[in-house]
Amino acid sequence: MPKEITLTIDGQTVSVPPGTLVVDAAKKIGIDIPVFCYHPKMEPVGMCRMCLVDIGRPMIDRASGQPVMDENGNPRIQFGPKLDTACTTPVTDGMVVITQSQKVASARKDVLEFLLTSHPLDCPICDKGGECPLQNLTMGYGPAESRFIFEEKMHLAKHVPLGELIYLDRERCIQCARCVRFENEIADDPVLGFSQRGRALQIVTFSQPGFDSIFSGNTTDICPVGALTTADFRFGARPWELKPAASLCNHCPVGCNLTVNVRREAAQGGKLVIKRVMPRQNENVNEIWLCDKGRFAYHYAESPNRLTRPMVRRGDELVTVSWEEALAAAADGIRSTGGELVALAGGRLPNEDLFTLRRLADTLGGKVLLSTCMGGGDLVSQVGLTPGSNLADLGKGDAILVIAADLHQQAPLWWLRLKAAAKRGASLIVAGARPTRLERFATRVIRYRYGEELDVIQQFLDGKFPEFSEAQNAVIFYGGEGMDMLGTSALAQACTGLLIQTGHFSRPNNGLVPVWLHANTQGAWELGIHPSGNLARNLAEAGTLYIVAADPAGDDPTLAEAMEKASFIIVQELFLTETARKAHVVFPAQAHFEREGTFTSGERRVQRFYPVIEPLPETRPDYAILAQLGEKLGLPLEGRAPALIFRDLATSVSSFRGLDYTRLAETAPQWPIVGRGDLYYGGTTYENREGLGCTLSAASQKEGWHPPATWAGRMPEHTFDLDRMNAEGLVWLVPVVRLYDHGTTVTPSTLLRERLARAEVSLHPATAERFNLKDGQPARLQLGGKEYSVPVRLDETLPEGAALIPRSCGLPVSSPHGVKLEPVIREIVS
Amino acid sequence: MTTTPHLLLRHREIANLDQLEVYLQHGGFEAFKKVVTQMQPAQVIDEVKASGLRGRGGAGFPTGIKWSFLPNNLWPHYVVCNADESEPGTFKDREILEGNPFQLLEGVMIASYAVQANLAYIYLRGEFWQIAHRLDEKIAELEKAGFLGENLFGTPYSLQLRTHLGAGAYICGEETALLESLEGKLGQPRLRPPFPAVVGLYGKPTVINNVETLTNLPLILEKGAAWYKSMGTERSPGVKIFSLSGCVNRPGNYELPLGTTFRELIYTHGGGVPEGRQVRGIMPAGASSAIISITEDRLLDTPMDYESVAAIGSQLGSASVIVLDDSVDFAWLVSKTVNFFKHESCGKCTPCREGTFWMNRLAQRIINGRATPEDISLLETVANQIAGKCLCALGEFSVMAVTTGIRQFRSDFEHHVNGSGSTATGG
Amino acid sequence: MNQLLQKYPEEVQQILAKYPPEFKRSAVMPLLYLAQREANYVPRQALQDIAEILEISTTDVASIVGFYTLYYDEPGGRYRIQVCTDLPCALRGADRFLQELCERLGIEEGGTTPDGLFTVEAVKCLAACHRAPVFQVQGDGEIVYHENQSVELAMAWIEEVRARVAAKEDRS
Repeated sequence: MPKEITLTIDGQTVSVPPGTLVVDAAKKIGIDIPVFCYHPKMEPVGMCRMCLVDIGRPMIDRASGQPVMDENGNPRIQFGPKLDTACTTPVTDGMVVITQSQKVASARKDVLEFLLTSHPLDCPICDKGGECPLQNLTMGYGPAESRFIFEEKMHLAKHVPLGELIYLDRERCIQCARCVRFENEIADDPVLGFSQRGRALQIVTFSQPGFDSIFSGNTTDICPVGALTTADFRFGARPWELKPAASLCNHCPVGCNLTVNVRREAAQGGKLVIKRVMPRQNENVNEIWLCDKGRFAYHYAESPNRLTRPMVRRGDELVTVSWEEALAAAADGIRSTGGELVALAGGRLPNEDLFTLRRLADTLGGKVLLSTCMGGGDLVSQVGLTPGSNLADLGKGDAILVIAADLHQQAPLWWLRLKAAAKRGASLIVAGARPTRLERFATRVIRYRYGEELDVIQQFLDGKFPEFSEAQNAVIFYGGEGMDMLGTSALAQACTGLLIQTGHFSRPNNGLVPVWLHANTQGAWELGIHPSGNLARNLAEAGTLYIVAADPAGDDPTLAEAMEKASFIIVQELFLTETARKAHVVFPAQAHFEREGTFTSGERRVQRFYPVIEPLPETRPDYAILAQLGEKLGLPLEGRAPALIFRDLATSVSSFRGLDYTRLAETAPQWPIVGRGDLYYGGTTYENREGLGCTLSAASQKEGWHPPATWAGRMPEHTFDLDRMNAEGLVWLVPVVRLYDHGTTVTPSTLLRERLARAEVSLHPATAERFNLKDGQPARLQLGGKEYSVPVRLDETLPEGAALIPRSCGLPVSSPHGVKLEPVIREIVS
Repeated sequence: MTTTPHLLLRHREIANLDQLEVYLQHGGFEAFKKVVTQMQPAQVIDEVKASGLRGRGGAGFPTGIKWSFLPNNLWPHYVVCNADESEPGTFKDREILEGNPFQLLEGVMIASYAVQANLAYIYLRGEFWQIAHRLDEKIAELEKAGFLGENLFGTPYSLQLRTHLGAGAYICGEETALLESLEGKLGQPRLRPPFPAVVGLYGKPTVINNVETLTNLPLILEKGAAWYKSMGTERSPGVKIFSLSGCVNRPGNYELPLGTTFRELIYTHGGGVPEGRQVRGIMPAGASSAIISITEDRLLDTPMDYESVAAIGSQLGSASVIVLDDSVDFAWLVSKTVNFFKHESCGKCTPCREGTFWMNRLAQRIINGRATPEDISLLETVANQIAGKCLCALGEFSVMAVTTGIRQFRSDFEHHVNGSGSTATGG
Repeated sequence: MNQLLQKYPEEVQQILAKYPPEFKRSAVMPLLYLAQREANYVPRQALQDIAEILEISTTDVASIVGFYTLYYDEPGGRYRIQVCTDLPCALRGADRFLQELCERLGIEEGGTTPDGLFTVEAVKCLAACHRAPVFQVQGDGEIVYHENQSVELAMAWIEEVRARVAAKEDRS
């Protein structure tokens, strides 16, 4: 470990690692040096000059190279003629820093006066008021009056939409460049820049659409003034009217921590309303950031289309009934089918509800299936990430393989963190059939054709990539692009074999990470809820079909058809989905914002979420519905509170042993310091006082575990051959994930409307030509017996022989399969 | 007398010196050839150190020492010639580039060999459009003649030169802002440290020298350090081109030994001030100057070298001597300089960005007769508030004329606020 | 379709060849001059074209246009007459020269003549302080100095250009 550096700040001694900046060293001992342009997660630029302090260094005799001593035998300290910026000065031994002096106070006052000369008097109408670093620092260090004449202020545009999600007020901007630097350095989206110079320096964006970055919302957290505001929250509320509530994002398996701000509103009948979603700091998961989907796609919880009353089928219609009646009908239905219960659970259900559903099904002698198109979660339970893991620890000497996943669209915060790991020197190997945004930062890119995923892993096993096999720590992120259930299971198996061969499992920062489509899919796997190899048959053969938080009918027409054959269908949902329309009993469930519970992330971290808003009247949490139904069937199930369910869960599921709600709520000091008292330093991200969560231990860490003989050294069979498919005149239709899709939890957020992925089929020009298809023209394809007309988009970076379609955009493709494409021939009617 | 024959402005004696054959006839590229075939790079650096040559762009930093800062474990090295001459009152580099371009190019080439750079850029301000295109032609001629390219004179040394045009930003004359501009980014200065000698163009060790500085090199390498030191003063050896402008009868470039007095420059060479006028003030470093108020005639006998001018409270800088006679309204003058810096401020740091804008507003108000006496003090206060806080020298120098102007010529300012308006402007 | 590449394929390559290929971003400035050649300003399409060639964002290119005085994002006169009114030139009559020139042309400072040929504006020091008044003309893809000027000389040049342009138009 490199020797620490000792210096004195305002008379206090502090020792810090070499390379620490004066401003951070001071922060560590509670001395706040005010800053605007500096941000602890970005390179310093020394632009705003707010952090000017007096820095002295021991005098060194030029001739002898020795420190000069004073009469007391102490090193003589020499201060420069000018103040220095604390944010750009690294500490040196014996340095003396003075932050409390007339000179420094005067400098701070002067800088603030300068910043306020053309700054508009917008506080009464500015969203930032109340959580504004400029306000706070002016109160602390600034002049009380301005000597600048109002008429001489520079006036700039005030309601500039940088794209439709973020608004810019150019007058308020203090040219700190935090937003530009964030987009350049951290988000890799250089879509913000400065135009003009001098006082006229102003932020511009020229991307199409404007401010084209999925991390744009973060700039409003780090902007030290009200220059950048979100269209979502603009003029919505005053920060001091807001109450914070801790929750989790449930859109993807990263599990970003949220603080949701609510306000009680008379206009909404006196209930709590969500005003905005903010990041909650968790340096193990999302640091201090959110992607825009997590930040803006929350409106579904308050959508007027939410199911609010239980319904029962009478003839062709679903009619609203009381809970009593609905529960009774459901119980009758189950009894009538003699317990051939098939439950289908969606990956957005919390652990407690999944556990209760499993209990119910087990007790009835039925089975619970996981609604997913990817396999391998059981392997993740064995060789996934273990306690002590943190992607922020990966760096030089470590290796990361990402295969068959587009992290930028599927799990943005993982993309961000792996990019940072590569910057720290980690070997980042990205394997994909098509280019994805992570490749820019990869130390190695492996391009393969769909169907050759296992060959890629074989190359690793053959030792072709020593940066992986010889890495100190190695992690594999695997996705499902281009593969069906069998294919992903085979890939997971191959990856597991690789990790075992190279010894990268069962210890922190090593293992297999699944890129699921839903937030709590790993939770389901950990609880023993697995997908079926043939879901259609299971659905068709079911006596009672109990579907919770899943929409098979909407996902896939063959599943819709299969469902018709089930005798009795119960659906528990938020919205009236295709699946719900087929049900005999529909229960209105609560969104996770309306209750508490836990999710398990893809990194196997279990985290708590807390109630944010009051539940819609007549809705009930999934676990409660299940327990109440159980009661009707004479089965005792815990349904009083998630904490109690979790207690049961922890005793019966070995990987959860030792966890409870108290442990999950534990926090620890994090760096950088953010939030309320320090919002000028780290931004308006919320401090985490509600829990950092705990990572589950892996099965491979248990004594007596050894890998099954079937894994080691034997590759699973190939499941698919692209050439053969093409020879039969078919293309491999591959559903790909787009961040902004038309899912039920996204579309109610109308402000994202312009960014939603369009339903189109993307092809390599050579492939298009084979089928006589032209750019922009419609193609006809058959999906599940129905015909669809989809516009074609040519893209020469795509692999030949495949056709890409975005998921959840109105085209029911959940797993890849072969299709024929034909041009739509328009008839000219004269 | 001016150095005759000229050493830098040699085209004043030699016609068509901008033609390669003529330049060669007069000993052109002998120095470069000698350097490449007979000297080690370290020897070249030592010779330049010994000559005492100081940067002619304004900072006056010893050139040889600057070169010696480049680390020998980080490659490649680059040389950049700063031809972004934009300081008001400066036009010396332009005359070299137009009249004696090959001597400048030879200087760039010698510097490149000294620091073992294989690629050198000449960054010219955008307005020097025609000059840049002619330089491109001359570089092509040199390539054809075997003075540039691979394996020069049969040695392993290779060198290529390129020109790059700026686009109208004074701040790009600042070394690190120049590098940013050359790299295709905004011309905003970088944090220092690290300095360009270690982290320069494209992150690699780079030498940046002014046109005039580089033009001295062929002479130094041909005639030796001792010869160079025999001219000028002990701490400021050599010759300097003084750009003389303002209220003088013969404005122009004058190549003189450092240590020549203001009096000699203005009266002997510059034809003095217009009939019936007196010198009231001198700005020796262009608009960035601390104004020298000529309260006593003897001040005109101050030698023009870096130390002597500093001793009377100003700086020699780029030796862009603007002469101000008693027809000049110094409030109007300050409004001009302040307007310049407000226009040229890059905007990166708060004090310069906001401060130059504020000073400009105040100065405009003062000369338009809409200010109060307090505004004069406020202008002075704002200037002092900017000083000592800026990221680069532009902001720091933007206040020089203001503080020295108000301190020494306050009555000119008070004239405007006492209601009488101004009778004297530039004319 | 990259219009800049289409219009000037050789020149683009020549420009790119001046810089190390891994730092081709340096070429943004000369490419902007190229894009500005035709209409004396940089059209929006050119920003995208240059961004594409250099593999940087359109915002990055636009940022450069905004920072530097000699790039324009809006059309102006075919010839931009830029008069230095900085201190040394002003001491030798530059302010009055500019004022009178504008009066003669019947435009405000910064304005464009009705025939769209000339924009007259004040600029900062052109390094010609010994030959004041001086103006530079930016147009037709180049920048040319006109030194030791008077209003008469300037007007004579303007008329000359007007005649030349008219003659060309007559012929076409």
